Formats: sequence, C-alpha cells, structure tokens
Amino acid sequence: MTDAVANSLAVAPSQSAPTARVRSYWGGVWQRLRYDYVTLFCIALIILIVLSAVFAPWLAPFDPYKSSMANRLRPIGYKQFLLGTDEQGRDMLSRLLYGGRVSLLMGIVPVILATVIGGLFGVVAGYYGRKVNMGIMRTMDIFFAFPSVLLAVAISGSLGGGITNQMLTLTVVLIPPICRVAETATSQVRNMDFVDAARATGASTTSILFTHVLINVMSPVLVYASTLVSISIILASGLSFLGLGVSPPTADWGLMLSTLRQSIYVQPLVSAIPGVAILVTSIAFNLVSDGLRQAMDVKA
Amino acid sequence: MWLYALRRIILTIPILFGVTVICFALVQIAPGDPIQNLLSPTASQADAERLRAAYGLDKPLPVQYVIWLGKVLVGDMGMSIANNTPVTGEVLRAFMNTIVIAMIAVVIAFVLSTIFGVAAAYRSGGLVDKAITAVAVFGISVPTFWLGVILVIIFAVNLSWLPATGMGAGGSKGFDYLSWSDFRFAVMPIIALALPPLGIMTRTTRSSLSEILNQDFVQTLRAKGLTETEVMIHAVRNIMPAAVAMLGLQLGYLIGGSVLVETVFTWPGTGYLLNKAILTRDIPLLQGTILVLATAFVLINLVVDLAQSLIDPRIKRS
Amino acid sequence: MTQMAISPPAAASEDPRDRGGPAQPMLIVDGIRKYFPIRAGVLNRTVAEVKAVDDISFYVVKGETLGIVGESGCGKSTLARLLMHLIDRDDGHLILDGDLVGEETGVPLDGLRRALQMVFQDSYSSLNPRLPIEQSIAYGPKVQGASSKVAKAQARALMEKVGLKANLFAQRYPHELSGGQKQRVNIARALALDPRLLILDEAVSALDKSVEAQVLNLLEDLKRQLNLTYIFISHDLHVVRYISDRVLVMYLGQVVEIGPVDKIYEDPQHPYTQALLACRLSMDPEERVEAAPLAGDPPNPVNPPSGCRFHTRCPFMEDVCMSKAPSLGDVLRSSAQDHLAACHMVHPGSGHSRAPLAVRA
Ligand SMILES: Nc1ncnc2c1ncn2[C@@H]1O[C@H](COP(=O)(O)OP(=O)(O)OP(=O)(O)O)[C@@H](O)[C@H]1O
Ligand code: SF4
Ligand SMILES: [Mg+2]
Repeated sequence: MTDAVANSLAVAPSQSAPTARVRSYWGGVWQRLRYDYVTLFCIALIILIVLSAVFAPWLAPFDPYKSSMANRLRPIGYKQFLLGTDEQGRDMLSRLLYGGRVSLLMGIVPVILATVIGGLFGVVAGYYGRKVNMGIMRTMDIFFAFPSVLLAVAISGSLGGGITNQMLTLTVVLIPPICRVAETATSQVRNMDFVDAARATGASTTSILFTHVLINVMSPVLVYASTLVSISIILASGLSFLGLGVSPPTADWGLMLSTLRQSIYVQPLVSAIPGVAILVTSIAFNLVSDGLRQAMDVKA
Repeated sequence: MWLYALRRIILTIPILFGVTVICFALVQIAPGDPIQNLLSPTASQADAERLRAAYGLDKPLPVQYVIWLGKVLVGDMGMSIANNTPVTGEVLRAFMNTIVIAMIAVVIAFVLSTIFGVAAAYRSGGLVDKAITAVAVFGISVPTFWLGVILVIIFAVNLSWLPATGMGAGGSKGFDYLSWSDFRFAVMPIIALALPPLGIMTRTTRSSLSEILNQDFVQTLRAKGLTETEVMIHAVRNIMPAAVAMLGLQLGYLIGGSVLVETVFTWPGTGYLLNKAILTRDIPLLQGTILVLATAFVLINLVVDLAQSLIDPRIKRS
Repeated sequence: MTQMAISPPAAASEDPRDRGGPAQPMLIVDGIRKYFPIRAGVLNRTVAEVKAVDDISFYVVKGETLGIVGESGCGKSTLARLLMHLIDRDDGHLILDGDLVGEETGVPLDGLRRALQMVFQDSYSSLNPRLPIEQSIAYGPKVQGASSKVAKAQARALMEKVGLKANLFAQRYPHELSGGQKQRVNIARALALDPRLLILDEAVSALDKSVEAQVLNLLEDLKRQLNLTYIFISHDLHVVRYISDRVLVMYLGQVVEIGPVDKIYEDPQHPYTQALLACRLSMDPEERVEAAPLAGDPPNPVNPPSGCRFHTRCPFMEDVCMSKAPSLGDVLRSSAQDHLAACHMVHPGSGHSRAPLAVRA
C-alpha cells in the first residue's frame, strides 16, 4: 500500500516530455487501489453479488415462489435443492438470488437518495454558514437524538410495512449523518483561499459551489456514504425481520431469516443461510469502503 | 467547567423538545385517521368521538401538540390499545429489563475491547492484530438478530446449555441477575448485544493506541528506559477519557438497537415492546416507547459529555 | 472628494481603461472599518469585538507599489479582504478610479472585480487541489463570459507570461508543483481578468530566498508590461523596501505611518516603525543594535489601549499618549510625497515634551 504511494509519487517528475499526461486525482486513487488486494477482492465479490441478483431469473434453478408441501425444510444438498428448501418447500438458492434484489436495492437506493439530499443540505449549511447553518444543523441534531435503529423502527413502525415505506424510512435515517459530514467538509473548503479567489472573479455562488466546493467535498462524502451501504443493508434486513419490509411471498433476506426462525430446531443450517448472505454482503461493502477511504484520503 | 456544564444542559432542552415533536409526528405520519390509530379496531363510533374530543383532534396541530406535551410532561402517554393499560407503566417496566442487560453488555464490550485493542496495537500488523481486526470487522458487519439466531442454534439447539428465549417462568418479576437459574436467560441476549460495540470499540481503541504509540513523547518514554508494558499503560491511560465517552455512546446505541435482539430472544424489554406494538399496530405504545428511549439516549449523551469534561479539561474549549 | 491634487507618478503611460485621468488615484480608501464579533457564553451572544481594521484611510496612486507592513494580527489580511469585497465592511467607502464602489450610484461590484484582483499567500489552500491549473486560471474569464476555448487559450498565454511552459504545466494539479510554480499560477490566475490593481498578500513570504527573488522580478516585469498598480502586503521589511514606492505601517488595525519608501526607511517618525526597523537591522550581525526595542506581544485587538494604541510598548510614552489618540493627519488630502505619522511627538503643540515647537518644513 505505502509502496504504491511512493512509486506513483516517484514517477511524476520523470514524466517531463512535453506530451506527458499527468495523472488525474482519480488516476491516483486507482494507482493506490490496484495494490490493495483485499479491497479488489471485495469489489469483485460485490460485482458478483450484484450480477447474480440482476440475473436471478436466469440463474435461479427454480421458481422462488413455488411452494411444495412435500419438500418442506429439506437439508442442504437434498436432491436438486443445492441449499435446501424453506418452510414452504421453496428452493432456498432461488429465493436467495431473488432476495438479493430487494436487499441490494435497500442497501444502495436509500444511500444514493440520502447522499443527494443530505449532501445538498450539508453543502448549503456549510457554505452559507450562520443562520442557514443553524437552521439546518440544529434540525439534524434532533434526528441525532435517536439511535439509528430506533429512528428506523419509529418511522417504519408508524408508516407501516412495504418497500416504498422502507426506502423512505432508510433515506430519512441516513440523511442526518451525511448532512453532517458534508457540512463539515464544506465549511473547511469554504474558508480556503481558492474559494475567495473564485469569489473575487465575480462568480455566482452556484458556479463556485459546483466548480470549487462540490469537487472537494465529494470524496469525503462519497467515502462516508460507502460506509453507509452496509449499515443500510443491515437496517433494512432488520426492518424486514420485524415485518416492516416487503410483504411475505416476496423473497428478501431479512424476511427469510424471520420466517425461517421457527424452523431452527428442524433445519438450523438452512435457517442460518439468509443471514450468511447479509453478513457477507455487509462485510464486503465495509471492507471496500475502508479501502476507498485509504485510497482517497491521501493528502495531495 | 461549570459554564460548559450549564451550556451543555441548556442545549439539551431544544433537543428534547425536538424529540417530542418527532414522537408527536409519528402518529401523524401513520396512515389513516389518527383516531383510528389510537383506537382498538373493536371500538365503537361513540368511543371514537369521545377520544377525538379528549385528544382535541378537532383543534389545529400545534394546539394538539401542546395538549399532548402537557400530558406527557405529567407522565401520561395514553393507553396501550392491545392491553388497554397505561403506556407509561408498561414502558418503564420494560425499560428496566433493557437497561440492565445493555449495561452488562457494554461493560463486557468495554473490557474486552480494551484488552483486544492493546493486544492488537502491541504488535501492529502482526498476526494477533490481523485476527483481532477480523473479529472487529465481523462485529461491525454482523446483523445482531442473525447472530442471535446462530447463538440459539449453537447453545440452545445443539448444546442445550442455555434456554432459547424469554426470562423464565417467573418473568421479570423477581428476576434475579445474581442467580444462575435466572441469569442464564440473559446470557445470549447479552452476547448478541455486546458484539457490535465490541467490534467498534476494539477498532477505535486500536487506532487511537497506535496513534499515541507513534508520537514523540512515547519515544522519549522509551528512551528514559520505561519497559514496553509501562509505555503501554501510559498510552492506555491517555485514551481512557475518549474510551469512556465511547462506552456511554455505545450504551445509548444499545438501548436503541435492542429491538432486534430482544425480539429474537423474546426478552421482555423495550425492544420486545416495540415489536409487539408494530405487530398489533399499537401506535400509542410505539410512540411512548420511542419517546422514553430517545429521551434516555439524549440524557445518556449528556451525562457522558459532562463526565468527559470532568476527566478531560481540554473539552470545555470546544 | 473624489478628485484631488496629487502629483502624477513619473511614467504613467496612457491606458484605455483609465477613466479618472492620471492624477486620479487608482483607489481611495476612506475611513474603512471592520469589527469581528466575538461570541461566547451560554447563549452565544456577542460579548466583544475584534477591532481588526479601525478607521483606515489612504490612497494608491496609479502605477505605484504601496507596501503595507505590520506585525502579525494587525489586520493586514482583513484590510486586503475588505478592499476585495470578500468580507463586508462595517463602515467606510472605496473609490476606484474616481467611482464610488458598491453603492447604488457607483461602479457595480462586477466592475471592481475586474479591476481589482488578489494574489494569495502560497499555501495548500490557495489553489483548488482538484482542478488542473489551466482550469484554475481559465475560471475567471469563463465566469466573465468567455467561451471555454477562449478562456483556455488565455490561460495558456498567461502561463507563458508568468514563466510556466503551458504544454508542460497546463494539465498538472497543484500538488505536482513547487511553491514558486504555484505562486506563478496564483499570479496568472489574478491576471486573467486583466486587472489594474493587484493586492498581493504575503505573496512571496512562503518561498525560499532564491525563488522569492525570481517571483519579485516577475512581478516587477509584469507591472511594467501590464501597467499595473500594486498593494504589496508583507512582514518582510527588506522585500517591502525593494519593491515599494510608498509604505504604509499598520499597528492594531490602524495606520501609524505612511510615506515614500526612502523617507520611511531612512527617517522613521513613529516609534513603532523605528522599532520594526531596528528589529530588522538586529538580524544582520554587522548592524546589530543594542536591546530589542519591541518588547512584549502586541496588545489584544479586542480591547485596544486608550489614547495612542502603541503607548503600552512605546519608550517615549507620556501622559498625553494615554489620554489622547494622536492623529495621522488628513491622509486623503496629503500628497504622495508627504510623510505622515500618528504620534504626538511629530505634532506641534500636542503636549508631548518632544513635540516640535513650530511646523516643520
Ligand atoms: N473571520 C474572523 N473572525 C474573527 N476574528 C478575525 C477574523 N479574521 C481575522 N480576525 C482577527 O482580526 C485580527 C487581524 O487579522 P488579520 O488576519 O487581518 O491579521 P494579519 O495582519 O493579516 O496577520 P498575519 O500577518 O498573521 O497574516 C486578528 O486579531 C484576527 O484574530
Ligand atoms: S503617541 Fe506617544 S505612545 Fe504613541 S507612539 Fe507617539 S510617543 Fe509613543
Ligand atoms: Mg495575513
């Protein structure tokens, strides 16, 4: 890791031929990532999980909704059921593949929405300061008075179950922390001389925000947002586990875990499988965000 | 110091105020007529009208809020729909069950994370460090309710060492944490609760320790002839204020996050109460429980901040 | 008020951008003031104010370099930011080439933007770390309406002008440049809007001596080529002497002395200026003077001393200095050759025992 940094820095001065393209910021990030095998492996794993969810209809050996009273709770490797069957005799592997669709959606969409909305509020609060900052950040503080799980359960419990409500809930829960990170980063950037230099050209606030502020606020915010994907997946599966997610026939890792809970005495291993899927996905996202942080935080 | 404490306490008031606003809003965002959310499905039309008048639901929202807040302040959080009992009593009883296991869990997590953190920082990059870091990542990434299921599979189903759920025959009345026949019911919930904070705190301890160990003054200590153990004790003492603050914060998260673990183990705490409220769509119970937990979280944070400013006088500057 | 009799600088060539004529100062600063509130207490109320810039008046003649010196924290950067309209002033006026700036009747802020630019101290924050330097330079022209092609060409031309090969540097990021190169980029960026007055705040202070000399020479060349006027802020008295035509000395948010560079350096009137110069000399072993004359830290700008603000550190302090603030005189009506100092010792009849009896010639 450190070697990669040293190498890439040492290269710069020798590229003195007039046509030399000097590495961009993202080029540098990639240089550092290239040698971080754990992160690369996890990225590959995530791509694999995403692909298998996207192509679930082609990959799944069975119809995930077709139940069979005769084949209930079969063990792993029973006949053609690679991962056994659930309490209604549905193929676990197929349900797992389909379930990944909802779980990944719940990990990614709320984070994207919250990054856009929370980031916007944070940048505005950080850039304008004073009253605007007070108004926005003190409101966010109120949400920080709730532990995230509690806030999610509170909102979701009131709104009721369903995929839209779940997404809405997670977005609301994730907005305040992103807003805070964006606000901190923005108020740091805002006090830098190059922002003053831009203001001195007579540029509009919008232009300054887009050209000078966002580009610098983006990497801390994105790195932070990437850590939230795993949190969002776990929160979502927790809500589904409580019955606040998708409604029953739909496959979803959290919900599968919940319905299989009654069967742990019969098929303990099969009952644990959806949790393994959640755990692996969440660890992969966690390690990738760690790797990204290291690759992107190197001070220029 | 006193000025800081006073300021910190005063700043808590608008936060608590905001918490009540959000809790009040919970009833409003629930789909359907709020009165239906407050009533059991079997209630008659007359009941509905009586309740509507009692809650002043014909009045504008801010007025409704003030009326509601006034009741909450004297400890009246309405009636639970499912049991038709006062919410306040039910929540407070459950809260005691939650706070006790949360505290035990967080103290265990604190002690273990300090040991792990020291062991990992001692030989940074070594095998022990890698193993401990892996455990920490696991603790952070694992969904607690799944962990609970796994624990049940291992200790209750396979080994039959521990009871799977509940608090035993006596329930929470007369539950004695000091007697094994009762306490064994709490063991698995405590383990499931302790793992995530253990992961987070180990990570923090490890990174702040190795940061300190790389500072100049530590080199000076070494040069003075202190042994590695003495140097480590010095470093650990340095990170204690931050670690204690972390402990408080994690306790706060635990009482909020207990809902899943308590559901898995049907441990009759606030989390289990929440789950019950969700299943029966008992909105007053949900609202009351959330209000109590969020208030507790805010107050714990306040106490942590004040305690930290006592230990570490530098805090008051910020 | 806006027109006044001062002798034009020696070689002010005709400039099409000129509006007020050669005798009109480039910039007149009239009674400008900035107090920063200090918030504290339980409710975060304003409990006091930092008097960072407190009633400062001066003017800058077209084509000259006005040096501004003073200790750290005396308000130099605040003054620069006020002139640039980067922070709002609490009081005072700015007159740019005869036109009142910012108010409804005068030149719009946009006109000021073009005419006035600033070069910041070289630091990690002076250039946007995520923009190639070509884009940093081209940003200003683009904001002012140039197409991105034109702006880019302009940026490349400017890079050549400040001595950076465009092919080599255009696509580089700030962290790939040395301090001197970055400072050249900062200068190019400031020149991109074709300004008439450049404010250079500690523009060479962070550079090595040899690089500093190169950048100073570049600044001199550019000034001649582009018909520029400079306000040069620095705490390095050698550099200020080298580059300035006139010098303004600041102490705790006020002007204590102003005059032509040679008069200030050879015959400083204000005890503070004398002390500053003595400090400088003492660094040179051959001209070392006895006893460091500037003892102690500057007083707190929140509660500046009564009367003369320098009286807590002045060796000539007398009763009158504590009760009555010495005036600098009417700077705006003085000529550029005049040498003014805000000290009771130079004002006849001030009550100070060392004050002259009659007006000096
Ligand atoms: N935004 C601000 N808020 C509050 N006080 C400020 C602010 N900016 C400057 N000050 C205060 O105003 C005074 C003058 O600061 P300024 O930066 O203008 O000094 P300076 O002469 O440029 O110093 P230096 O030589 O160190 O750059 C200082 O006491 C400083 O603490
Ligand atoms: S007025 Fe008095 S105190 Fe101030 S500089 Fe002159 S002699 Fe010194
Ligand atoms: Mg300054």
